[in-house]
Amino acid sequence: MKVNTPSKLEKILAAGHLAVTSECGPPRGSDPEVINKKANLIKDHVDAINITDNQTSVTRLCSLAACIRLKLMGLEPVLQMVTRDRNRIALQSDILGAASFDIHNILCLSGDHQSFGDCPQGQNVHDIDSMQLIQTVRHMRDEGKFLGGDDIERPPQMFVGAAANPFADPFEIRVPRLAKKVAAGVEFIQTQCIYNLDKFELWMKMAGDRGLHEKVNILAGLTPFKSAGMARYMKNRVPGMDVPEEVVKRMADTPKEKQPEEGIKICIESIERLKEVEGVRGFHIMAIEWEEKVPEIVEAAGLYPRPNVD
Amino acid sequence: MIVADKKPIEEIIEEVKDKHNILILGCNECVTVCEAGGKKEVGILASALRMYFMKEGKETNIDEVTLERQCDHEYLEEIREVIDQYDAVVSLACGVGVQFMAEKYHSTPIYPGVNTCFMGVTEKRGLWTERCQGCGQCILARTGGICPISRCAKRILNGPCGGSTEGHCEIHKELDCGWQLIIERLKALDRLDDYEKIYPIKDWSTERSGGPRKVVREDVQE
Repeated sequence: MKVNTPSKLEKILAAGHLAVTSECGPPRGSDPEVINKKANLIKDHVDAINITDNQTSVTRLCSLAACIRLKLMGLEPVLQMVTRDRNRIALQSDILGAASFDIHNILCLSGDHQSFGDCPQGQNVHDIDSMQLIQTVRHMRDEGKFLGGDDIERPPQMFVGAAANPFADPFEIRVPRLAKKVAAGVEFIQTQCIYNLDKFELWMKMAGDRGLHEKVNILAGLTPFKSAGMARYMKNRVPGMDVPEEVVKRMADTPKEKQPEEGIKICIESIERLKEVEGVRGFHIMAIEWEEKVPEIVEAAGLYPRPNVD
Repeated sequence: MIVADKKPIEEIIEEVKDKHNILILGCNECVTVCEAGGKKEVGILASALRMYFMKEGKETNIDEVTLERQCDHEYLEEIREVIDQYDAVVSLACGVGVQFMAEKYHSTPIYPGVNTCFMGVTEKRGLWTERCQGCGQCILARTGGICPISRCAKRILNGPCGGSTEGHCEIHKELDCGWQLIIERLKALDRLDDYEKIYPIKDWSTERSGGPRKVVREDVQE
């Protein structure tokens, strides 16, 4: 299958393998060891590692610098980039900065509202939105031009991704919204954490009915629960998250010391079920501050060893 | 209209506590409708200040005037004869009126008596909500008459974001998701197909980013 970029993630998907990605949140400080350590925990079990961009609007070491750290370790980063904090000048500039280090994957996001973070009194930018950021990266890559029209010397070669949340409202436009992202030029999707598998399967079916699963690589997003408290928090407090009551109950009915194990079990069972869903091309495992569990999940889900495509 | 909210009395006192002759200047337009700076509010503020100065044992004169508008020369001219008597004016007009006063009466200190908030509507008495941010390039024809710039916390032109839950915005449960409203409206107009048209990157040079703006209409100039 033809690939458009040197991205390892793209090659793995093009070869028909189920891809596995994970993510690392950068530290709230400048210690590079934090990133190196997290990356070392998961590097042999994933194809690419997302670096979050000031997630939940809490100020952290920047995504680009952390991606460069991964690159220096010989790993494959996915640069997450939100439109909340940068205008079109800064976005294009950072894309070029990333490209200069041969970072070949980008995830285009709008970002959580700043009111959730440590600078609720700050401005947000939103000069362009995530849909338009997809278009921007594709324009820079495919046309070799800036938004302003000038030529780019050595254009970025990035495999372009975006998020999709099958669980946000209104549900009826969730597939049309995916179609819009596909039309904007997105090449891979990492979904919101999936706990309501029935609803996810319905969304995939509706996407499939429109042939969207043939046009974009959909990686199913998973986050293992560490505790019943976390499950409840995700259910009640995180916008756009759909955690069915029976999942919360399953965690709550488990003795406290066994809950982490149960959370991992649910995650592995979910992967096994989602492998069978038409159009699922891989998994994005977001083990939040629990990176050491990623290898166990990947192995138990039968996704190890990772393919070598170089 | 331009919606404003009253400033805390303590903040106004802090500005004028050492003055001797104060004019409280109301405006009969938007700020009257939103009950922040009309004749009634001028009277209330004047009474509160008089009580303050009396309690402090200070002899301070406070006068009340409410103009038809503070954003037009002709009405602001009505106080030209008396302005020099005052060592402070507290304007209860929006920020536009306060500034136009300051430009016109260069040597008189003008203090704002309200916080100017947004362009909006009266949903009911005591509840005013935002509708327009004056971007200078109206897109309402495409979005079913509901503005994603003023009604979405991220001003997303291709929304909604992943935080939209049961019709509400991720930042506040009481806040409607602007994009949910747009979608419902497109549905009611039988135009849901329009949802899939990607709105292109917007030219923001006609909004605040482009610097202070002006509208020039030579055809109506005298």
